[in-house]
Amino acid sequence: MRNKSKIKRTTLSLVFFTVLMFGFGYALVPLYDVFCKLTGINGKTQRVVELENQQSHPSDRWVKVRFDANINGDLPWTLKPKVRNIKVQPGKFYEATYIVHNNFSGDVVGQAVPSVSPSVASLYFMKSECFCFVNQLLKAGETQEMLVRFEVDKDLPEGVEDITLSYTFFRVNPDNS
Amino acid sequence: MSTLTQANDHDHDHKPTGLKRWFFSTNHKDIGTLYLIFALTMFFVGGSMAMIIRAELFQPGLQFVDPQFYNSMVTVHALIMIFGAVMPAGVGLANWMIPLMIGAPDMALPRMNNMSFWILPFAFALLISTLFMEGGGPAGGWTMYPPLVLQTGAAFPFLILAVHFLGISSIMGAINIIVTVFNMRAPGMTLMKMPLFVWTWVITSFLLVASLPVLAGGVTMLLTDKYFGTSFFNAAGGGDPVLFQHIFWFFGHPEVYILALPAFGIVSQIIPAFARKPLFGYASMVYATASIAILSFFVWAHHMFTVGLPVKGELFFMYATMLIAVPTGVKVFNWMATMWKGSMTFETPMLFSIAFVILFTIGGFSGLMLGITPVDFQYHDTYFVVAHFHYVLLTGAVFALMGAVYYWLPKWTGYMYDEKLGQIHFWLSTITANILFFPQHFLGLAGMPRRIPDYNVQFADFNMISSIGGFAYGISQLLFVYIVIKCVLGGKKAKALSWEGAKGLEWTVPSPAPHHTFETPPKLTKAMLEH
Repeated sequence: MRNKSKIKRTTLSLVFFTVLMFGFGYALVPLYDVFCKLTGINGKTQRVVELENQQSHPSDRWVKVRFDANINGDLPWTLKPKVRNIKVQPGKFYEATYIVHNNFSGDVVGQAVPSVSPSVASLYFMKSECFCFVNQLLKAGETQEMLVRFEVDKDLPEGVEDITLSYTFFRVNPDNS
Repeated sequence: MSTLTQANDHDHDHKPTGLKRWFFSTNHKDIGTLYLIFALTMFFVGGSMAMIIRAELFQPGLQFVDPQFYNSMVTVHALIMIFGAVMPAGVGLANWMIPLMIGAPDMALPRMNNMSFWILPFAFALLISTLFMEGGGPAGGWTMYPPLVLQTGAAFPFLILAVHFLGISSIMGAINIIVTVFNMRAPGMTLMKMPLFVWTWVITSFLLVASLPVLAGGVTMLLTDKYFGTSFFNAAGGGDPVLFQHIFWFFGHPEVYILALPAFGIVSQIIPAFARKPLFGYASMVYATASIAILSFFVWAHHMFTVGLPVKGELFFMYATMLIAVPTGVKVFNWMATMWKGSMTFETPMLFSIAFVILFTIGGFSGLMLGITPVDFQYHDTYFVVAHFHYVLLTGAVFALMGAVYYWLPKWTGYMYDEKLGQIHFWLSTITANILFFPQHFLGLAGMPRRIPDYNVQFADFNMISSIGGFAYGISQLLFVYIVIKCVLGGKKAKALSWEGAKGLEWTVPSPAPHHTFETPPKLTKAMLEH
């Protein structure tokens, strides 16, 4: 066999490349999140710390925010917004309440996942407080009011008149314990 | 001619016998043969699943199998044909021919070669065994999209492990090919003198080592999502199922070129031989192949136009997809220019190659239609897609592979195959494959969805025609097996140069090729390096 050491070198570099590409597959996971966050493609809402001075000069535009609620199949809960939609002024904080009820005879932990459409609006949908930030525990038969505090950014592009904020609740604890 | 092959006198010296020869072989020719036999076997296993699919679709309504089993047939048929038939057939040809074509005594890593073959039977044993398990085989489609695939029963971990094994086997094969071509060429065989089949396989191998590890990562995430509580694709845990589609098609699109590029290489060998002219535009062929390979990493989302990509993304992937038509067009025109004013004869390998050029181009055109974002919303997941990829994979890749077998069979066996039967096989295959797949274009345009065992009665006629074509195609392939066996057993003796117009080092060794060839590097003359 010719050039044994050259063969070894080529082989090792190809094996290294293979391992690298395996890692690249995993690197796609954070890359995908970053990409979606930067472009707002995924409808992921933005989180802000509320600042008092932001509230002082709301724009004179009005946009409609609709509230939508979904329950993933495994979760024995009902979820609905207290009001279906409100008119908001960009640059001002508002509160909305969802009513959640546990139909099950046991404690269940759920997690809400938000989504905003149209997806361009998601970059300008700021939340300072949300029940979706943490897991929620509901005791057997319990009903709770859950709060979300949000602001639509003043830079919201022209033409967006209508924003839908949608929540889907998923079950976190797998069984009834 | 035979001065080049010092080994041919002691042909029988180092050849182990019996089971040991096949199980422990590190000889590139033996392993190539094993790959080819395995691929042909899997072609019939996957083919019989296709027969079940076509039988069920022969008439509207549910006839023979229940929908769950139907869907597992669709899924396993795809996995077997891609990973069990077309890829191993290509690797088998590469094993047999690349050392002969570049004047090397064997593959650079013969032991790894043995391993990469013997992983395959075990991987497919795992995969096929799932059909007999509780809950049935995987039925969520070969693309394994979550969350659907996570509902697979006991078969799920077997599916994932089988995919891992297939990936490992292919990656080892690819590494072996690259290392061989980069280090084992005979003196004088520079990169731009290599036969195009070698070139396409080097590029294919790079696609394999770059894309298969990503798939391995993706299916590992599926496995940990199901059993270890991770949430890569689980929205409840902050993941996203669409991410899997991105990962999958980042592998999946290069994969379709992994299946197609070796076929390009094959017809680039066969057409010049039977047109008795050098390949037109050799360098442009190499560059076109390389640019197709590079572009294939930037078009994956054209498989996902309907998932809700932003318009800018859809435009990017549409234009990138259209761009691939340019180098592909270069290749098609080069093949036509090679035939132009050539002294053509139409033996079976040439017939398959010409059919490849025509039918692959039809598949390419329907691919262009699918690549146009706004119309893809209409065609997505319909039989139009099924027709498209069967034109590029069956009448494309498989036809080229069959042509390759006819072309090199005299070199492997030492006998000429039965030309008359070969031509009958060609015409039967070509006519029936078109009866099988052409009507599916119409079905798709009319809105028949894929992966559904039942359909609206308006689709009945075309489905019946398609099924009849399917059964006829399936039966005609038995003739191929008969021709190959007949050729192995005997026939007209083949000369070293089995085809008058064939060029390349493989035709300088006697037929059948001795067990060991080019143990000392051949001295290359200018004539031998002609394409």
